[in-house]
Amino acid sequence: MDVLENLLRTTVIIATINATIRSAVPLILGAISGILSERSSIVNIGIEGMMLFGAFAGYMTNVALSADHIVNGDTILAITDVRLGLSVAAGVLVGGLAGLFHAVLCVQYKVDHIISGTVVNILGLGITGYFYDSQAQTAGKIPPLISNPWHSDDPLYNLGRIVFDKSLITYLTFFVVITTTFALFRTVWGLRTRAIGENPRAADTLGINVYRLQYFNLFMSGAMAGLGGAYLSLDDVGIFERNMVAGRGFIALAVVIFGNWHPVGAMLGALLFGFLSALQSQLQFAGINAPHQIVSLVPYVVTVVVLAGFVGRSRPPAHVGQSYEVEGT
Amino acid sequence: MATVTDTSGPTSGRNWDISPSTILGFGQTLLTPILAIFTALVAGAILILLAGRDPVAAYTALVEGALLSPRGLTGTLIKTTPLLLSGMALGVAFKAGLFNIGAQGQLIMGSVVAAWAGAAITGLPAWAHILVAMSLATLAGSIWGAIPGALKAYTDAHEVITTIMFNFIASRIAEWLISLGSADGAIPPGPLADENTTAISRTKPILESAALPKAFITPGSVEDLHIGFFIAIAMAFLVLIILNRTTFGFEIRMVGLNPNAARYAGVNVKGITISTMALAGALAGMAGGIQTLGVNGYYEANQSLGLGFDSITVSLLAGNHPIGTIFSAFLFGAMDEGTRGMQLTGVAKELILVIQALTLMFVAAPGIIRYIYRIKLKTIGEGTFGSSWG
Repeated sequence: MDVLENLLRTTVIIATINATIRSAVPLILGAISGILSERSSIVNIGIEGMMLFGAFAGYMTNVALSADHIVNGDTILAITDVRLGLSVAAGVLVGGLAGLFHAVLCVQYKVDHIISGTVVNILGLGITGYFYDSQAQTAGKIPPLISNPWHSDDPLYNLGRIVFDKSLITYLTFFVVITTTFALFRTVWGLRTRAIGENPRAADTLGINVYRLQYFNLFMSGAMAGLGGAYLSLDDVGIFERNMVAGRGFIALAVVIFGNWHPVGAMLGALLFGFLSALQSQLQFAGINAPHQIVSLVPYVVTVVVLAGFVGRSRPPAHVGQSYEVEGT
Repeated sequence: MATVTDTSGPTSGRNWDISPSTILGFGQTLLTPILAIFTALVAGAILILLAGRDPVAAYTALVEGALLSPRGLTGTLIKTTPLLLSGMALGVAFKAGLFNIGAQGQLIMGSVVAAWAGAAITGLPAWAHILVAMSLATLAGSIWGAIPGALKAYTDAHEVITTIMFNFIASRIAEWLISLGSADGAIPPGPLADENTTAISRTKPILESAALPKAFITPGSVEDLHIGFFIAIAMAFLVLIILNRTTFGFEIRMVGLNPNAARYAGVNVKGITISTMALAGALAGMAGGIQTLGVNGYYEANQSLGLGFDSITVSLLAGNHPIGTIFSAFLFGAMDEGTRGMQLTGVAKELILVIQALTLMFVAAPGIIRYIYRIKLKTIGEGTFGSSWG
C-alpha cells in the first residue's frame, strides 16, 4: 500500500514538473519577446497577437506540407523534419513580421504603443480566425527530440522522463534565455539596445541608429512570440484553434515585469506561473475536491499580488512607452 | 478651482480630449474616422475577394441585416447599448491617463450580480426591483474597477496588467458561481447555478419584476428594444457633464494631462485614480446589469465575450468623447448585428474584427490616411499616455 502511494506520488510529481515546463515554454518565449521590445523602449501588449500569428502560420504551413502528394512523394519536403522545420520557421517569420508591423506603427507613425499593440492583437484574432479552416489536417506534430533512454526499472528512469521526451522547441527555449541574457549584457548589440531603452537621445548622439535598432529588435521580439505560438500549434496542442493563445501573451507581459526585464528572472516567473497552472490539474488527479475554476484563479491572483508587492523594486527601462524623434527631423 | 472648469472651444494639442464643438462641427476631425472606416472597409473587401466571395453581396447583407429591417435595427440598438457604456468605461479612464482593459471583468461582475439580485430578491415592485438590481450591478462593476485603481495608486502596479488579471479572475469566479459541480456530487454545484438546466450552465432566470421594460415591440423581431438603450444614452450626457462641468471631471482631466502638475495644484492624485477607475467600472457594471436584466434574463458563461476588447476600439474611435462614443458604439453594434446576414454570403464573421482593427489603426495613425489620400488632416489619438509602466 505504501509502495503504491509512493509510486503515485512520484508519478504526480513528475507529471507536475512536465506540465510546468509545458505551460512555461510559451510564457518564457512571450516574455523574451516582451523584454526585447521593452528594452528597446517600445511597450509590447501585442505579444498575444504575435503568438497567434506565429501559431497560425506554423500550423497552416504544416497543413500545406502535409498534403497527400507531398507527404507520399519522394521530394525533400516529404521528410518529417523538413516539413516541421519549415513550419516552425514560418511561424517565427510571420511572428517577426507582426513585430515589425508593431514597430512601423510605433516608430514611423508615432502611434501610441498600447493602441498599436491592441491593433496587433485584434488583427491577429481577426485574420487567423478569418482564414482558419476547421477541416484542415496535418501529418502530425513535432515528435520528442530524444526519447527517454532508460528502462522503467532503471533508477534514472524518472529523471529521463523530465529531461527527455521533449521537443526541440522546449530545449531551444532555455537556450534562448541563456543567449538573450548573454547578448543583452555582454555584447555591443545588448549595450546599444539597453541604451535606447534608457535614453535614446544619448544613444542617438553617440551615433547609434535608434530606429534601425528598434526595427531589428522588434522583428526579433515578434519572432520569439511567433516561436511561442508555433510551440502551441505544432507541439503542445498540435492543431490550431481560434484564439488558442488564450491570454498567454498578457501573462507573459506580467512575467516580464516580475522578472524585472531580465531573461532569467522572466524564466523563473514563467516557471512559477506554469507551476501554479500545472498544480490545478494535478490537484484533481490527486483526489482533492475543489472546484477547478477556483483553483485556476490562483495564478492570476498571485500575479496581481506579486505585481503589487514587487513593482516598487522592479524598474522598467526609463524610456519605455514613449516615441522617440531622432534629432534633425 | 471650480470656476475654471469651462473648456468650451477647441483645446489644441492635447491627446484624448476632443471638445464637443469639434466633434459636432463636422470639421476635419470627423474626416479622419470616416476615411479610416472607409479604408478599412476597402481592405476588408480585398480579404473577401481573396477568399473567393463577393464583397458587394457581403457588405449589402451586412447593411441590410443591421439597419434596413426593423428586426435588424432593433438588434443594432440592443448591441449598441453595452458597447456605449463599456466604451465610456474606457474613455473616462483614458481622460485620467489610465488604460482600463478591465471593462470585460467589470461587466461580468455587473452581469452576475444583476442575475443574483434579479432572482434572489423577492417581493419588490418592478421599479424598485430593477433599481436595486441595477444599483448592485453598478456597484459591483465599480468595486471591480476601484481595486486595480487602488493598486495603481498605492503600489504602482500597472493598471494594464492588473485589469487584465482581474478579467481572468472575474470570468473564473463567474464560471464557478454557475458551475454544475461534478456528476458524483463530490464537488457541489456553484451557489448561483440553475440546477434545472443540464445543457449550458447558467444562473436561475430573473423574476419578471426585475426585467427591464420594453421600449418598443418590434413586429417580427425575436428581441424587443429595452429601456437600457435610453439609459445608456442618458449616461453619455451625464458623463459629458461630469467631465466638462464638475470639479471631479476637471481633476480627472488634470491628472490625465499632467499628474505632477495636478499634485502640485493640490489635487489628490491617488484619490482621483481610484475614483476614476470606480466610475469606469460602474459604467461597465451597468452595461453588464442591462445585458442580464434586459437581454438574457440570466447570466451564462461567455455571454459578453469580446465586449471588453471591442470597447477599446469604440472609445478610441470616438476620441474618448462620450457623445462621439454613441456613434462609434452604434457603428460597432451595427457591424455585430449585420454579421449574421454577412455570414450567409459565405464570409467568416472574423472579417468584422479585421475591419475594426484596421479602423483603429487608421484613426491612431492618421499619417497612413494622409499618405493614402495625399491630404492634410487634423490628428486625434496621436501621442502617448501620461503614464508608462511602473
